[in-house]
Amino acid sequence: MWRKTRREGQRPPIKVTLRKEWWDKNQRSELEMGNKQTIFTPEQLDAYQDCTFFTRKEILRLFYKYRDLAPQLVPLDYTSRPNVTLPYELIGSMPELKDNPFRQRIAEVFSESGDGNMTLDDFLDMFSVLSEMAPRDLKAYYAFKIYDFNNDDYICKSDLEKTVNKLTRNELTPEEVSLACEKVIYEADLDNDGKLSLEDFQHMIIRAPDFLSITSIHFMSKKTRNPGSF
Amino acid sequence: NFFYFSQCGNFVNTLFLLTNPYFTCTCFRFLITDVSEVNNEEDSAAENQENDRGADKERKRAKPRTRRGHGRGRARHGGEEDGDDEDGTRRAGQRRQRNRRGRGRAGNEGSDSEGDPTKARKNQANQKSKEDDEQEEDEKGGKSGKGKNEKKQDKKVDKKGKKEKANKKKKDKKKSGSGSGSDSEEEPITEEELAKLKEEVEEKKKLIATLRNKPWKMKKKLSVLKEAQLFVEKFEGALGKGKGKKFYAYKVMMTKKWMKFQRDFENFKTACIPWEMKIKEIESHFGSSVASYFIFLRWMYGINMILFGLTFGLVMIPEALMGKPYGSLPRKTVPRAEEATAMNFATLWDFSGFAQYSVLFYGYYNNQRTIGWLKFRMPLSYFLVGVGTIGYSFMIVIRTMARNANEDGGGDDTSFNFSWKMFTSWDYLIGNPETADNKFASITTSFKEAIVEEQESRKEENIHLTRFLRVLANFLALCTLAGSGYLIFFVVRRSQKFALEGLENYGWWERNEVNMVMSLLGMFCPTLFDVISSLENYHPRIALRWQLGRIFALFLGNLYTFIIALMDEINLKLEEEKIVKYNMTIWEASLYNGTIPENSTAPPIQVDPADVPRGPCWETMVGQEFVRLTVSDTMTTYITILIGDFLRAVFVRFFNYCWCWDLEYGFPSYSEFDISGNVLGLIFNQGMIWMGSFYAPCLPAINVFRLHTSMYLQCWAVMCCNVPQERVFKASRSNNFYMAMLLFILFLSTLPAVYTIVSIPPSFDCGPFSGKTRMFEVISETLEHDFPSWFGKVFGYASNPGLILPFILLMVLSIYYLNATSKSYKEANLELKKKLQSMRQKNKNC
Repeated sequence: MWRKTRREGQRPPIKVTLRKEWWDKNQRSELEMGNKQTIFTPEQLDAYQDCTFFTRKEILRLFYKYRDLAPQLVPLDYTSRPNVTLPYELIGSMPELKDNPFRQRIAEVFSESGDGNMTLDDFLDMFSVLSEMAPRDLKAYYAFKIYDFNNDDYICKSDLEKTVNKLTRNELTPEEVSLACEKVIYEADLDNDGKLSLEDFQHMIIRAPDFLSITSIHFMSKKTRNPGSF
Repeated sequence: NFFYFSQCGNFVNTLFLLTNPYFTCTCFRFLITDVSEVNNEEDSAAENQENDRGADKERKRAKPRTRRGHGRGRARHGGEEDGDDEDGTRRAGQRRQRNRRGRGRAGNEGSDSEGDPTKARKNQANQKSKEDDEQEEDEKGGKSGKGKNEKKQDKKVDKKGKKEKANKKKKDKKKSGSGSGSDSEEEPITEEELAKLKEEVEEKKKLIATLRNKPWKMKKKLSVLKEAQLFVEKFEGALGKGKGKKFYAYKVMMTKKWMKFQRDFENFKTACIPWEMKIKEIESHFGSSVASYFIFLRWMYGINMILFGLTFGLVMIPEALMGKPYGSLPRKTVPRAEEATAMNFATLWDFSGFAQYSVLFYGYYNNQRTIGWLKFRMPLSYFLVGVGTIGYSFMIVIRTMARNANEDGGGDDTSFNFSWKMFTSWDYLIGNPETADNKFASITTSFKEAIVEEQESRKEENIHLTRFLRVLANFLALCTLAGSGYLIFFVVRRSQKFALEGLENYGWWERNEVNMVMSLLGMFCPTLFDVISSLENYHPRIALRWQLGRIFALFLGNLYTFIIALMDEINLKLEEEKIVKYNMTIWEASLYNGTIPENSTAPPIQVDPADVPRGPCWETMVGQEFVRLTVSDTMTTYITILIGDFLRAVFVRFFNYCWCWDLEYGFPSYSEFDISGNVLGLIFNQGMIWMGSFYAPCLPAINVFRLHTSMYLQCWAVMCCNVPQERVFKASRSNNFYMAMLLFILFLSTLPAVYTIVSIPPSFDCGPFSGKTRMFEVISETLEHDFPSWFGKVFGYASNPGLILPFILLMVLSIYYLNATSKSYKEANLELKKKLQSMRQKNKNC
């Protein structure tokens, strides 16, 4: 089985953009250029810019991304703040999240209702936190929430086990998993209560050398790494 | 309910004690009066804490906790709405007071607990979520779920607020008995209140600026933002009463405009970064290590753009516009012998013919001190641009290195090995199933490795074996390097001998021996190193670094041969020049002799510039060599990409259907992206540019073009024909390895350039420095002619060795001092880290 997946993985993505796709893309960009203002009022855009790490253009792009998930559900006019919610199935199928083992948790944490269904506001919120501009503290806070599977404000051993299993696709034996979890708790638990509080988690994660870059999704974020680093 | 504010946990008090020790003493009074009431009203510890958090937050950011569903809150909000400035100020004062009370209480209660501000902050963050939930509930309750249309809500609140205002005032009187002027109810605004209000407004502004950093839901953020904006708008106008009203309003307006401009500018700046999307796409497919190459390429492109701007704007354009036109001087004319072939494509492609006698090369420039109506000092500009190019490159490389080093904030803490593996090993950037598969596999193996390491904590033989293997590998690599170095040396010596005896006597192999050997070494050594490095069993990131270092050492040989060959040629040309100079005098004499008899018919001697004999002009020759090298290098790279990657991928993909073994998985397979080779190619190419751009001003332009096209071509090639590496590894953030190599190459390439500028006399009949004994004399000439005499004197004194030597000594001393201090800081840092660790250990053991 391993062989097979590997072989599938070896195929390079030789892609051909179909004429129709190309056409659609161009049409869309024209639309973007033409009636930018009818989707959001300028005040709305300014407010979103104040509340997220995005520029105006990026917000509009995110809106289109959101709308592309379900064009029939999402209206093109958001000035009156329609109450639209997209189900998790659509959110989780986005290319940015599709391969992420924690996609369901991410969607749940950022959705207002907690069940993974998202409004546009939640959607923007999610991408804002996952953008590269977001500060460490904010990322650490949400990362904690993502890894806290049972929502009890502590990362306990069962949460850790779930994390490991998701990361390794259940390829470790139960003994190995529990050993790894014990090690994590031994390393990061400062107050010796057998589970990680947000405080412990932040203490540990903030010191991680590449936490910032790792917990980012490139949607179109602003800064890239400095040159010359690899 | 706002007595809750007076109850504080340890964290607030310590924080507060640290920041504002002044308040604690003033607020003890409130404490004494309030304690009983507080005790009555306390419901549960948890709730109290929440509200404390609220108090704390309010103190820090003056977040308006208006819609909490309480009468007070609404009243407050109402005040805000109906524009009663006075009321607003008074309200602000009250809030301030209330906070103080809270703090005072805090100071009292927490005086025995140890002060640990960091812990406090974390606790606070811990509470945030709960607090938020509570707030949201309140919002829902108070507004019956109408989060969106706030205006209506505000109006409602307005009415209610008016009713309750009276109530509130009474309460205030009772409770805030001895306020410091805040209870002066119906009086006009005092200075103090004004200051407070100003402070409040400032805090609101700060809140708006930092709103995006808050872990709140978007709905809440929006509502808070709206409130804060309303507040600011309302009271910014009110603040302007009195003297500085106009000025204040003006200032506010300007700051608003400035903010808007900044925001637009920021938008503009992000729109200007080129190839962002392309690189992101590659990063999501191939991981950050491959993307790091493209980011490096983009950075190089930026630098070359600036170099190009310098040479193009200050050297080429002025010469082309204002210098003497083509054909006016011998140095600006194609010689008679070459005229027939000067326009042939083959000649132009070789950068001779018309290309050689144009602004592209050093030889075309005239040694006139000033050109055109602008009196542009061409030779000086040429010299300064040459020096400035190198200086700028040094500056930018070192600055980038320093920035990278700064960002590297001591991440090498191994105490969280497993935790980091668990929480940071997934790269959220991955957006492609193939890469994800590889990532899953690599995470699993890394976990297994770590677990095995943990279980067998120390397996002696194994370690000895790896150590032995690594030493062996290094030995082998060193042998290879030494062998190839000797081979290069030997071949170069031989070729020099051949050149002295005349190449005509030898065959094809002898003539091209050096080139062939170099390219063979370049082809086989990297693969050999690859095989050797598989012995070492390093993590791919470290393996990549070793590989880079080894190939780098090999390429240095390449550079060495090139420079040796160039130097030889320069010496030959210098010899030739002497002969030509001698011949020139003879020719001139013969010209005069020959023309004397015809003097009666033809006036003065008019010789076509194309017929004048001229020297070999070694500078142009050097420039041509560099340009040719760059172009051929580019072509080779592109052809390699097309054949090695694209054709191979096409072959593997389409012949797989009719082949006897599995091509995709078996032998040829698809190629992986060769990071080390590409990076080194880029770096060495840049070294060529730095070396050659003094003699060929067109070189940066060519390089910009090359980088531009190779960006597109390589992006396409990577996405289309390469597969992700077997072990996808993430690029560590701030590593100066590429940069260090670049700096080294920059230094190496500066040496020959500076050597030729300083110690070889320029050609006598071409280039901007002809007629001088050394190129840098243009500086002293300028000082003599263009500056007042005292300046020259001062400069003369300043360049006196007696002054320069102490200055250098001083610099060395300061470098030594700074180095020592930084070392001591580092040590202190380590010490602190150790202490922290031992503390942790102690805490655990207790």
